[in-house]
Amino acid sequence: MTSMSTTTTAASGTATALAREFAAVLPETCVITDEVGLRSYECDGLTGFRQVPAVVVLPRDTEEVAACVRICARHRVPFVARGAGTGLSGGALPVVDGVVISLQKLRRILEIDVENRRAVLEPGVFNLDISRAAGPHGLYYAPDPSSQQVCTIGGNVAENSGGAHCLKYGFTTNHVLEMEVVLADGSVVTLGGPTAEQAGPDLRGVFLGSEGTLGICTKVTVRLLRKPEAVRTVLADFPSVEAAGETVGAIVDAAIVPAAVEMMDSLAMEAAEAAVGAGYTVESPSALIIELDGPAEECDEQFAEITRICEEHGSTRIHVADSADERARVWKGRKAAFAAVGRISPDYIVQDGVVPRTRLAEVLAQIATMGSEVGLRVANVFHAGDGNLHPLVLYSESAGEHDKAEDLSSRIAELCVELGGSLSGEHGIGADKACSMGRMFTDDDLAVMQRVRTGFDAAGLCNPGKIFPTPRLCGERPGPFRPHPLEEAGVISRL
Amino acid sequence: MTSTPTTGPAGPGPDFTSQRGENAPAPERTDALAAASHGSFDDHHPPARELLDDCVHCGFCLPTCPTYALWGEEMDSPRGRIYLMEMAEKGEIPLEGAFTTHIDRCLGCMACVTACPSGVQYDRLLEATRPQIERHVPRSRADRLFREAIFTLFPYRRRLRAASLGGALYQKLRPKRMDALLAKLPKRFERLVAMESLLPPVSVRDAFARTPAVTPARTTSEHPARRGRVGMLTGCVQDVFFHQVNLATTRVLAAEGYDVVAPREQACCGALGLHAGREEESIRRAKELIAVFEQADVDVIAVNVAGCGSSMKEYGELLADDPAWKDRAEEFSAKVRDVSEVLADALAESRAPRHRVDATVVYHDACHLGHAQKIRQQPRDVLRSVPGVELVELPEAEICCGSAGIYNMLQPEAAGDLGRRKADNIRGTGADLLVTANPGCLLQIRKYLEGDLPMLHPIQLVDASIRGVRPPGM
Repeated sequence: MTSMSTTTTAASGTATALAREFAAVLPETCVITDEVGLRSYECDGLTGFRQVPAVVVLPRDTEEVAACVRICARHRVPFVARGAGTGLSGGALPVVDGVVISLQKLRRILEIDVENRRAVLEPGVFNLDISRAAGPHGLYYAPDPSSQQVCTIGGNVAENSGGAHCLKYGFTTNHVLEMEVVLADGSVVTLGGPTAEQAGPDLRGVFLGSEGTLGICTKVTVRLLRKPEAVRTVLADFPSVEAAGETVGAIVDAAIVPAAVEMMDSLAMEAAEAAVGAGYTVESPSALIIELDGPAEECDEQFAEITRICEEHGSTRIHVADSADERARVWKGRKAAFAAVGRISPDYIVQDGVVPRTRLAEVLAQIATMGSEVGLRVANVFHAGDGNLHPLVLYSESAGEHDKAEDLSSRIAELCVELGGSLSGEHGIGADKACSMGRMFTDDDLAVMQRVRTGFDAAGLCNPGKIFPTPRLCGERPGPFRPHPLEEAGVISRL
Repeated sequence: MTSTPTTGPAGPGPDFTSQRGENAPAPERTDALAAASHGSFDDHHPPARELLDDCVHCGFCLPTCPTYALWGEEMDSPRGRIYLMEMAEKGEIPLEGAFTTHIDRCLGCMACVTACPSGVQYDRLLEATRPQIERHVPRSRADRLFREAIFTLFPYRRRLRAASLGGALYQKLRPKRMDALLAKLPKRFERLVAMESLLPPVSVRDAFARTPAVTPARTTSEHPARRGRVGMLTGCVQDVFFHQVNLATTRVLAAEGYDVVAPREQACCGALGLHAGREEESIRRAKELIAVFEQADVDVIAVNVAGCGSSMKEYGELLADDPAWKDRAEEFSAKVRDVSEVLADALAESRAPRHRVDATVVYHDACHLGHAQKIRQQPRDVLRSVPGVELVELPEAEICCGSAGIYNMLQPEAAGDLGRRKADNIRGTGADLLVTANPGCLLQIRKYLEGDLPMLHPIQLVDASIRGVRPPGM
């Protein structure tokens, strides 16, 4: 965590007036205006970006969300929706003098429709709780971000979140049927429908992954899948990151679609092993977690094939996780890896980029070189199957390495674009990578996106400053205080 | 600038005689210095910078935090509380006010420690923060009196016994209309009402009975040798309100071949005070208990109360500053085991045959056993050693029942919501019996289960099985 944050120099009069109006539609305990409370909301999972909001509100149902948004609209005050605040791109970073609308009081599972394999949820429901509720019926919710125990379905909708098993099952957008959305003027609309195929333009698809810039989702209907008959989880060690990368290519070339193919390097394994004790070979330069699921016969056949491919590529150890317990441990280690890196480094930035699968080995080699050039360690843990990288840049805030790390992290994302990939696989652009959007899209592309956005929110009140590059954000970003060079030189002074 | 020599409360050497009450003047705070180093905290063990830095703000702790589960507010989550500690440590916010409110609302259940992938030691952060609040934040008169009342009653067996007499009489004479009358009391009496409702059915005979000072190991021709000499903590609340649990513990340990020693001179272990930030008091009690058990010359100290065991295992850290006591405390802590640990070790060569008890049993992990001591498997293994027992798991097992030491008396509203939630989850399992290894949990859950299920300490079930009798209440 980092030091001093910017405090609001807000027209506190406006904040008071707003708070009074919120208090008329919400119970007193659901409106936060004290400094300590407000500062608790100044950042999400990306702590390098901080901004204290003017007011935080915690509505309890759609009506209350809509009422809060109407108040914001009337005062032309920007607002940011927030789930569990675990995002890694600063998507829930508050706006100067703006309002944070927390959806953590909308946490009911409204319906598990076993027959039609659907669940109706409020946005604050934790991702894992959907599968927990559906489990007794032999069903589960497929997208499984690493933070699934805490990230919310509303946040998943905003970021179009992925996860290890998206290789076979697709992202959030492939699993959301219908949404109830509060638009920027406070009106409530329904996007999509109860069945997968709807007529007309796919507004549901437009909203998914819009990072809170088009409105606030207050209800979601998701698809549930039947639990597979068999699951096989293999842990394969490799003598180099390149060998593991090539193995991934060979598996895909063999026309096998595993449920998941994850890669971890030794740094990431060291951290995860310390946290969970999953049974990784920490000394191994890299390892793949390969999971197969489906009918038992198919799994067995593919398992034999995959073992052969791993051996051909020089795998030093192939271990099958036998029991459900051991499988759970292997995954727990993988999913805890980001946060576990906190054990081996005081601070870190999680990057999220995509490269074509064929260039995995190449990009990993380049990242290693870039890291050693600036003297920072980079750990790798990622969804290898779809080329979605998560390099973790390790640094020390107190040693003054923040800027260097931030710069390296941005350059890694931009490298992904140069290699024909994408700036973000699943964490979103948020505040973090808005400035890099120009590397991936032309001005025309961005202008079209803006027109879509203003079609939903003409006044630009929904989560402004995210996704799209703005001069303010790219010029100066909220973060550790630094004196102006002229100030340091004694030429000017602060009052 | 001159510096004040020592700001810590205790000088070196034994300190049995320290008479300073909890409300005595706080250690001198050299404000200029403190501001430079620890912000709003004084420099006697403030939450350590390195421990605060361990938090990476990932949020994995949120779903298991009881107050976050209730309210969904960032300030009342582990991540949020660490953020507040960090702000206070930088001197950006004062201890008085919102900071104290949110730290007071923490149950100290340590579910977040279990959930944290980064290895944040929230337990140590909280234990460093609470005494700072006790030293520097003046409490309202009513709050102060209520807390004092708790700490003048609960840690003292004799006073508890006297109170239990009154309690037994009260329960006999309690008018039927009492609930209605209590419900009418203004909100400012809610803590007293909460205290009243936790009062268990008291047996005067149990309350005044004593755990035998020595229970010799049961040896047979087959097992002529004793396994060892176990010292036993009898506890304060445990011995008065759950005396049968202590008796069951001595019987089971003896049956498994241990000599059991329960020194008469032992008093409260200080856990209740330690978890509430009453550092001095708990240090004094820790020293007393160490001295008592040194005299007893035992191999292992067995504890059947999760909260006490957890504190006793930390005496080494609690007394780390005191050169005269550091080693003695570490030696003591190294001997402390939860009774389920002792029994699980003995299972491989169990000497006491179990009789069948047909029951579907739900085991509730007490926070200070599961989260604080990471003891989850041993009690389950011990319960499974009873033929006929089918163990079922509890949904939301990681979330506290709301007891949390004295929390259910200090924060009755939140504790009530958590108690009802736990009771609903327990009923949902369809079990015939609830077992849990902490008197606080038993009192709290009993209140919300409203007699739907019999409740026991695991050792009572094992005891009944060894003796071939029906478990109490079943």
